[in-house]
Amino acid sequence: MRWNPMTYTGWGRALIATGDVARPERKAALAEASKLAPAVGNKRSYGDACLNDGGKVVDMTRLDRVMSYDDATGIVEVEAGLAVGDLARLFGNKGWLPAVMPGTGFATIGGCIAMDVHGKNHHEAGSFGEHVLEITLIQNGKTRKVTPKDTALFKATVGGLGQTGIIAAAKLQMLACKGDVIMVTERRAEGWDEFIALLDASEASYSVGWIDATARSNDLGRGILEEAETGAGLIPAPKKSKTVPFNAPHFALSKPIVRMFNKAYYNRVPSSGRTSVKPISEFFFPLDKIHDWNKLYGKRGFHQFQCVVPIASADALRDMLELIADSGLASPLAVLKRMGSGRAGHMSFPMEGYTLAIDFPNRAAARHLIGRLEEMTEDAGGRLYLAKDALAKPKRMHAMYPELKDWQKAVAKADPEGVLTTDLIRRLNLRDV
Amino acid sequence: MSDTWIILGATSSIARAFAREISATGAGVVLAGRDMADLAATEADCLARGAAYAKSMAFDARDTTSFDAILDFVGGQAGMLNATVFVGSMPDQSEIDSDPSMIAGVVTDSFTGPANFLQRLAPMMEERGGGAVVGVGSVAGDRGRLGNYVYGAAKAGFATYLSGLRNRLGREGVHVMTVKPGPVDTAMTWGLDSMPFMTTPDGAVADILKGLRKKRNVIYTAGIWRLVMFVIRSVPEPIFKKLSI
Repeated sequence: MRWNPMTYTGWGRALIATGDVARPERKAALAEASKLAPAVGNKRSYGDACLNDGGKVVDMTRLDRVMSYDDATGIVEVEAGLAVGDLARLFGNKGWLPAVMPGTGFATIGGCIAMDVHGKNHHEAGSFGEHVLEITLIQNGKTRKVTPKDTALFKATVGGLGQTGIIAAAKLQMLACKGDVIMVTERRAEGWDEFIALLDASEASYSVGWIDATARSNDLGRGILEEAETGAGLIPAPKKSKTVPFNAPHFALSKPIVRMFNKAYYNRVPSSGRTSVKPISEFFFPLDKIHDWNKLYGKRGFHQFQCVVPIASADALRDMLELIADSGLASPLAVLKRMGSGRAGHMSFPMEGYTLAIDFPNRAAARHLIGRLEEMTEDAGGRLYLAKDALAKPKRMHAMYPELKDWQKAVAKADPEGVLTTDLIRRLNLRDV
Repeated sequence: MSDTWIILGATSSIARAFAREISATGAGVVLAGRDMADLAATEADCLARGAAYAKSMAFDARDTTSFDAILDFVGGQAGMLNATVFVGSMPDQSEIDSDPSMIAGVVTDSFTGPANFLQRLAPMMEERGGGAVVGVGSVAGDRGRLGNYVYGAAKAGFATYLSGLRNRLGREGVHVMTVKPGPVDTAMTWGLDSMPFMTTPDGAVADILKGLRKKRNVIYTAGIWRLVMFVIRSVPEPIFKKLSI
């Protein structure tokens, strides 16, 4: 296996790692690789979950084949490097979609499992890991199949940040759909209380809220709720993707520009709402059309803060939003969602409640603000999403992840030498018992 | 009735990308190569992506008896026959310098092996009066260079062979396309010093499919290599022999 010395980052580009990267094209190479390094996929984690500075990583993206597919049951087995968006493209028109799809189709199946990702249907379908029937895990050169029946190892692997072995392949139960188009209804929420009420009342299979994180006082919490159902039909193919060619200057996302953009974005939906029919990818992966959109934040990169708080703590989320709006630091990318209770691993993010995700340019003031938001999250009995995190402190982890000790126990057994640790694990002392 | 695509060297990542795209058109694919476990995985992938059928078969460019079963099988398939050649081997020139006996292997893998196979396939294609041959050569075949001239010579031989085959089969409605890739982002180039104008396996396959649609005779991928190689071929030999590019 050839190792390529590289400098690489997560999606946020604020944290950087330098180290050897292997990118095997044959499955057989994974046995050796699993003795040396953790696996990474398309590196769509924002922070340092996919970084191993000074160490090695195994890039799985060239192992991306469909190993079996059953049209009758919707059970598919794939290599872990396949992008979840490719899976949707392959089988959507045959009546099957990945049961859970995160906000980017570029996330690999291995990554979706290791982060136990959630989607716009979390309230109904639960997390990604709840639809995983079997994982092919390579531990220190040995291949084993892990099913939900292997409780300890399964729960440590799903959402387990890649610490139990290299996820080489997985068998998934897909979700039946009518076809690969989606009917989306957008409506305005004029303020926080209305937004929460709309989210609570929503009965759609898929729902997601865009929130104007620059709106203040009476407009605080205004945004657009999107509700959607899949369907069949004939519509034009998705538009071709574009690429952001270079790092944008830092003023590209400055306060007045974001404010203006958000206002226009809000007003684009008529006050009476509207319904449109789109290719599924435009609803599930709206930003994938713009390749390398992370460069819009310039060379310094950006951070995404994502937390979830219990239903009873909705007011805490409102307080956070107020703080964010007052700071004027937010970017247009801000998402508010109702979350169900579904989670499949010890370290899974979801909990029943509301989740808020907001991007900030990587600046001292924003880092300071995020620190404050993390504190408020902990006080509200919520937790942070480690797939997004780049700034959290180790001291918050035990409170936010009550099953941390169970996970640590399984991981210590699975990887006693610690060859699979990453920058995230070290920064948060996650494996230190 | 679906057409058949024979893919020689189907374990290479460009071939794999090609197999996927051609499967999506509903063609049948014969995946020929040496690593049978890997081919089996690609076989399942092709079926899931819409191939009429997918069959992995053992193929070794250095063992012409391995050709028989493949030729027998495709002979029994209805529809047009098509073939793509992705085989070849490129050991370090320095290894060849110290062990000249390696030349035979390089020439067999990159030229005479696949030429032998195509020569036996040609009458079947002529008889059916259609189909296409895609032969993957290399920009290295356009001029002998210090760094890889044995590999380059083999690919140059293969390109000349394809040119003749085009001349012959074109008369019977079979299109022969020569593909000359520059560096492609695969395991072969992974970890080597950065190379100019690199394309990806998917990019190379997009170029190949476009070339087939337009019935091009010789294509470069990435396309810029046509210009680069024009310049390199234009350097007078007295100067070129002193360069190490």
